[in-house]
Amino acid sequence: MSTLFTRRKVLTGMGLLGLGLLAGCDNSPKLNFKYGKDLSDKIMGRTFKLKNTQGETVTLSSYRGLMPVVFFGFTQCPAVCPTTLARAAQAKKLMGRDGEIMQVIFITLDPERDTPEILDRYVKAFDPSFEALYGTPEEIAVAAKEFGIFYEKVPAGDTYTLSHTATSFVFDTRGNLRLGLSASLNAKECAEDLLTVMEVC
Amino acid sequence: MTAVQHLKRTLIGLSLLGLAAHASAQVQVSDAWVRATVPGQPSSGAFMTVTADSDSKLLRVASPVAKDVQIHEMSMKDDVMRMGPVDSITLPAGTPVKLDPDGYHVMLMGLTGQIKEGDQVPLTLTVENAKGERQTVEVKAAARGLDGMAPGKMH
Repeated sequence: MSTLFTRRKVLTGMGLLGLGLLAGCDNSPKLNFKYGKDLSDKIMGRTFKLKNTQGETVTLSSYRGLMPVVFFGFTQCPAVCPTTLARAAQAKKLMGRDGEIMQVIFITLDPERDTPEILDRYVKAFDPSFEALYGTPEEIAVAAKEFGIFYEKVPAGDTYTLSHTATSFVFDTRGNLRLGLSASLNAKECAEDLLTVMEVC
Repeated sequence: MTAVQHLKRTLIGLSLLGLAAHASAQVQVSDAWVRATVPGQPSSGAFMTVTADSDSKLLRVASPVAKDVQIHEMSMKDDVMRMGPVDSITLPAGTPVKLDPDGYHVMLMGLTGQIKEGDQVPLTLTVENAKGERQTVEVKAAARGLDGMAPGKMH
């Protein structure tokens, strides 16, 4: 048997295997989540255009093949933002090798104070794979609106703090919005639902 | 200094210490911690459990590591986190009041530098009882990682 033939055989085999995987895929428009909210029928967050901390423009399609988990917050947030990022890091660990395609994207709601440098150090303190996005206040407003995010400045002495929606939005690897994770869920519950998103292909 | 003078000084010192101990016995602070920051991050939160012997209020917190220290309350409704400063925190007699990431917390704003995991951050709490008597309580809050985990408990 020539090497070429062997290679062809292998390729055919791989093709068949691919077809088999496709057939086994959950392509249904709706998903059943144990803890989170199914957002499969929601058209949200598809056209955001922001900058990553390297200054590159990114859109949702920049994350194709990954499972983006989008969370809006600000680095001067004392409670829900670090808790959510720590939870995401823990969920990623719980998912083991499957967690490798999970891409946490932290979008700042405080672009006036959150510089790219602070944002980068901040998200990477939770997990080196995490990314932060920023933009002008106008660009952030557009992105937040697309996700239905509520946020507002609250005066605090000479400065301000922020109130904001604390939901994490999860897309499948094809860029379809699938899941909303509330801040009340723990890492294990999130990991279970994230694995359900991964069954989609 | 004669031996008698020395003794007198020591006694005065001891009795002052005794007074301080008496005053601080009315308010207990436990599990105080501060969230570490990354360089350049201008603010952080401090958390603890405060128990007062008699009905009191936590009026103020001060710290040398921050230019402005405020007491904030966080609440969650329909997955929207709301945040804002409060004037004081009510401390009902004998009831431990938690300042944790799910409710009240102390905001350290305008940090003078990075807070690193393991740092001991001094905090001064001003508490007022129902009679309007004020006292201060000194606390050292240990800095935990950004994820809020005590050192060694994570990873």
